[in-house]
Amino acid sequence: MNTLTPNDYTLLLSVLLIPLLGYVVQIFVGRSLPRKGDWMLVGSMFVVMCITVYMFFVHAMGHTGSGPFWNESARTPGGPVFRWLYNTSNVPGDQNLIAGLLYDGLAASMLMVVGVVSFLVHLFSSAYMHGDRRYHIFFANISLFTFAMLGLILSDNILFLFVFWELMGFMSYLLIGHFAHDPDSPRITHAAAACKKAFLTTRVGDTCLFFGMAMFYFLLPREYNQLLEQGLIEGERALSSFRFADLWTMGGQIVEANHGDYPMWMTVAGLFTFGGTVGKSAQFPLHIWLPDAMEGPTPVSAMIHAATMVAAGVFLLGRMFPMMSPEVLQVVIAVGAFTALFAATIGCTVNDIKGVLAYSTISQLGFMVAAIGTGGLGLVAGLFHMVTHAFFKACLFLSAGSVIHGCHHEQNMQKMGGLRKKMPLTFLCMLICTLAIAGMPLFSGYYSKDRIIASVIDSTLTQWRGGNVFALVALPLAAMLTTFYMFRLIFLTFFGEPRDHHLHEHAHESPWPMTGALLGLASLGLFGGHFWLAGDPLSINGTWFTNLVEWQNMYVTSRGGSLDLTQMNMVAVGEHAEKTGHIWAIGVSMTVLALGFFAALWIYGLKKLDPARITGKLGLVYEAVRDKYYIDEVVNATVVRGTMGLAKGQTWIDENIVDGTVLGVGRLGRGLGTLCAWIDKHIVDGAVNWLANTTQALGSVVRLLQTGRIQQYISFAVGGALLLAAFHILT
Amino acid sequence: MDLLNLNPENASTLLSWLTFLPLIGMCVVLMLPASNLRAIKIATGLFTFIPLVLATQMYFGTFDKTVSGYQMVQHFEWIKVLGINYSVGVDGLSMPLLWLTTILFFVAVPASETVPRLSKSYFVLLLLLELGVLGVFVSLDFFLFYVYWEVMLLPMYFLIGIWGGPQREYAAIKFFLYTLAGSVLMLIAVIALRLDTGTFSIPELVAIGKAGGFTGPALLGMSFTTWVFWFLFIAFAIKIPAFPFHTWLPDAHVQAPTPISVILAGILLKLGGYGLLRGCFPIVPDAFHHFAYVLGVLGVIAIVYGAYVALGQTDFKKMVAYSSVSHMGFVLLGMAALTEWGMNGAALQMFTHGISSAACFLVVGVVYDRAHHRDLNAFGGLAQPMPRYWALATIAFFASLGLPGMAGFVSEALTMVGAFQSQVGWTDEAIASGWMWGPFQWLTLIATIGIVMTAAYILWALQRVFLGTLNEKYQDFKDISAREVFSLAPLLILCIVLGIFPWFVLDWMEVSVADLMQILTFAG
Amino acid sequence: MGVEAYMGVAGMLFVLGIVCIISRRNILYVLMGIEMILNAANINFVACNRFGNGGVEGRMFAIFVIILAAAEAAVALAIVLNVFHLFQSVRPSDADMLRD
Repeated sequence: MNTLTPNDYTLLLSVLLIPLLGYVVQIFVGRSLPRKGDWMLVGSMFVVMCITVYMFFVHAMGHTGSGPFWNESARTPGGPVFRWLYNTSNVPGDQNLIAGLLYDGLAASMLMVVGVVSFLVHLFSSAYMHGDRRYHIFFANISLFTFAMLGLILSDNILFLFVFWELMGFMSYLLIGHFAHDPDSPRITHAAAACKKAFLTTRVGDTCLFFGMAMFYFLLPREYNQLLEQGLIEGERALSSFRFADLWTMGGQIVEANHGDYPMWMTVAGLFTFGGTVGKSAQFPLHIWLPDAMEGPTPVSAMIHAATMVAAGVFLLGRMFPMMSPEVLQVVIAVGAFTALFAATIGCTVNDIKGVLAYSTISQLGFMVAAIGTGGLGLVAGLFHMVTHAFFKACLFLSAGSVIHGCHHEQNMQKMGGLRKKMPLTFLCMLICTLAIAGMPLFSGYYSKDRIIASVIDSTLTQWRGGNVFALVALPLAAMLTTFYMFRLIFLTFFGEPRDHHLHEHAHESPWPMTGALLGLASLGLFGGHFWLAGDPLSINGTWFTNLVEWQNMYVTSRGGSLDLTQMNMVAVGEHAEKTGHIWAIGVSMTVLALGFFAALWIYGLKKLDPARITGKLGLVYEAVRDKYYIDEVVNATVVRGTMGLAKGQTWIDENIVDGTVLGVGRLGRGLGTLCAWIDKHIVDGAVNWLANTTQALGSVVRLLQTGRIQQYISFAVGGALLLAAFHILT
Repeated sequence: MDLLNLNPENASTLLSWLTFLPLIGMCVVLMLPASNLRAIKIATGLFTFIPLVLATQMYFGTFDKTVSGYQMVQHFEWIKVLGINYSVGVDGLSMPLLWLTTILFFVAVPASETVPRLSKSYFVLLLLLELGVLGVFVSLDFFLFYVYWEVMLLPMYFLIGIWGGPQREYAAIKFFLYTLAGSVLMLIAVIALRLDTGTFSIPELVAIGKAGGFTGPALLGMSFTTWVFWFLFIAFAIKIPAFPFHTWLPDAHVQAPTPISVILAGILLKLGGYGLLRGCFPIVPDAFHHFAYVLGVLGVIAIVYGAYVALGQTDFKKMVAYSSVSHMGFVLLGMAALTEWGMNGAALQMFTHGISSAACFLVVGVVYDRAHHRDLNAFGGLAQPMPRYWALATIAFFASLGLPGMAGFVSEALTMVGAFQSQVGWTDEAIASGWMWGPFQWLTLIATIGIVMTAAYILWALQRVFLGTLNEKYQDFKDISAREVFSLAPLLILCIVLGIFPWFVLDWMEVSVADLMQILTFAG
Repeated sequence: MGVEAYMGVAGMLFVLGIVCIISRRNILYVLMGIEMILNAANINFVACNRFGNGGVEGRMFAIFVIILAAAEAAVALAIVLNVFHLFQSVRPSDADMLRD
């Protein structure tokens, strides 16, 4: 199964090390380099892209060996491994943590995607961010972000996935907050709040993921060994492990021993793990950070908050799919479908060009999550959508960036219009990718989105369960709204009469690094779904991704051989999935595409209907959607205020009760001291003083005899002597 | 006496040299004229640098991390009548902390530059403090341990009380009395152990405790070992500081000058955790077993409660002080879990928190020296005039937050996973029913709240201090100076190195922690 | 003539000395009184020696007392001078510092 040689692993490792090295060099000497070092990082990212593409085409696509495409460096002799916790050999395996690289079909595709998108975004940024006062820091940060994302994809264990996951969150924090350092930026305070909000919100999800991880780490081998003792499983005792392959192996065995049922705790652990996805992939209710994250520079929005980082949650679901019980998957599909629809409705009302794309991203992520939640072929479809979405959404964001750049940092679509002629290349790229996201046949989005709808139909036909049915309704609706709001964006921005003439006159096409990057991504948005190289582009089966990532071979266990998902949580893999589902799906998606497009054309293109009339009729409903269903307000009022209240309350307790007790003990001690001092002064010392006073009084009486006259003294002496003598004589 | 591994080739005077080098330095400083402060600073720097070199040499050279038991042992009779010995030695638990001590004291000297009313006696006391701390880490005799423990107390009192902030007397007295109360309990327990067993030697006491050899009487319905356990625990818990005994810490930190805060958070708190591992749990393992869940509860309360209180602070330094309370809760939780990972995590947390909290206090010190106040709400936008300072502060605070790739994450992750693995308090029925869930699983779940809250208070503080609109008053602030970077850099480098290569410390601890676990689980 | 006569003379001399010490208002007379007492003792010594067992102790003591009296007179006169210097008076009742 391992077809990579140690040299290939070195190449993969260099994919990680080049951006890291670039970061280190840039952060220390970037400022003094010519052009502030951007050429160095763009160049190094170009090398990274070349390596990832080379690895992808030569090894993954060209895989001819027996068995699935599956490479783990830890199980390759001479492959690179990283001993993390201990470097001594006497530490048992389950105590130590040995990380390696995992390069399978999913990792190969995602690595290629990140490599390409990252290079193009770097290229774009070199023009877009020109003149920024923290230009070199910006490049250093996106370079380190790329390192983290590539590391996440290549991790062969969930703990390192988490490590890179958090590191990405940190880079996202720094990059969203990029303008929080810029005194010239009008939104400086917004950026400062947004980066904090992004990190904190995802941190909630991350913590869930961490806890889920800990549950799997501890309970999986325990349950496994218990079943082993009961003779329900054959094999050796299992050790705790974070390795995906070990997790899948143990999970598969446990579920098999339970006749296809997942233990209760696995559902709980699966839900916690899904919490990570909810946070990172901006699913309801933790989606609130993503629209705010648009405070970051547009290239950052394109790369981190559209193409790569937010997709990491979906990637995680793909990796942990066998560990998700059917109950968890019901939650997954419900959350995903709800998010898809919910965000799409908001997307129709937003006027900020980046805001539309932000809600669109949330909605598309909902599609992916829901697809995986179908527990059927949607698994591959969702991951496929993750790949195609990375292409076209990055392109859309960068096009929006190009528009914003051309319009001198105006983001309100209502002030644009008629930019088609001023920015022809940008318009072209944006149009291509809008068609892709809308699911126009032959565009990349079509292949993945259609499969998602097909798999939802398919799984609903197989299992009539609440989540599936909800998704069946919600996803086509969301797809229709997607088409509508995307064409609304196109019509408002590029068509019609310019609404702000000043803006229009000064608008210009962007310089070549930006348009070049746009064209690159747009061509991927057009061809990326199928590559159009092999086979019939009209065939929905047999795309490159589905050939590379097959659900039958996705999860290779540590004993060799693939996990049989049909014995676990895979519900719908019937024959009709490939045929019946698709015919329906094509019908449905074409219908919603047409509906959405014509609605947008009618209202915004031809202006036959004033949008104000519709919103007026909708009244309160419209206001609720426009204000994002008041979720930010609710969160502020409950979670944020609640937390602050708790913090204030506990501070009060600490200062007054805990510390008060200490001070009370101190005061008690001091009071006792005062009492003792009084007793000491008035009773103990009093007795002594009384004695002294009495003595003194006696003394002052006796003192009268003391005249100091010697003669008197002698008289007394003589008198005394005489008395003694007389006494002696007389007795 | 083979408990001490007293082979002739093991014997060494290195540790005594290390311990008493600050004393020599103190004498040298005392002989220098008080007017020549520069010479005094150089001498102090030199005499904190030599122990650092020596400790580094020991850490990487002399210390053999594959050997179990104590190393570099020195042993002779000190007060024969009472059976008190001068016996010192190190193992994998104390060696990293010893190294950390020398690092932090070295860092504290350049950081002392801005202390007001700086004088000769300050440096004398600083060196005396180093003597006490190093002594505690190397003592293998409980009486010696106690003596060093008290030696440490006195200079700390004066350092806070003389060179502190406006309310320094209050803070110093609170610190002194609180810690003294703990020491008294420790003394009682030590004397009780001595009367019961006839020895002060810690290894011997551990051996006796393992064999269940204590014969002391029960009192008020509690057994002898229980009494000893609680007395020692409270003594050390005050130092950690564990939840109800923590209120001296914020006051002491807020009033203490920056370098003293650094030492207080970096080292003195670790003495509590170290004391528990060295002198409390292994001596009375059965009592520890019995009360492990209480300690776990205290640890989790500290984690969550400390984080919430930190969130409610408006004083920058007080916030960092409460974050120490929160982070030291992980030490208690990890120890109480009685698992390999938990114990390793707790031991590592002592080291990593020593670095990251010290760095945080240095960071706070930098802004305090410029603004002369620490009110979080009065800052804003400091990243604009001070970009390098922002970068370093970010590293320090995110290391404290537990960002992966930094030191804090490793120890917190180990502790959390270790605590989750704990089987303390599991009933047989629960195990049989397959519901593998007990008190520590709940505690771990609750502790995750603390992790989120840690992110909350740190990010909020960073936002209020560094990001957003610049307060006009602070426009002319100079970026962090070379001297300040010199103090901070070693700590921040360690933060990152330990995050990527935690074996840098864990390898050293591994054998000793395994031995300790063997002693502790043996009793259960 | 027996020893009683000597005793009688010595006794009279002693009483005169005592009276002199107690009653005189000039410190010099007090000193003279002391000399008289010493001489009364001397007479006793010598008389007892003359009528005693034939040894020389009594006479030796008398010589010692004479020498002592000489030294005492010298010291006492110095004291008197100092007292006069201090109190501007030679009346013993003025020098009553012993009271304090």
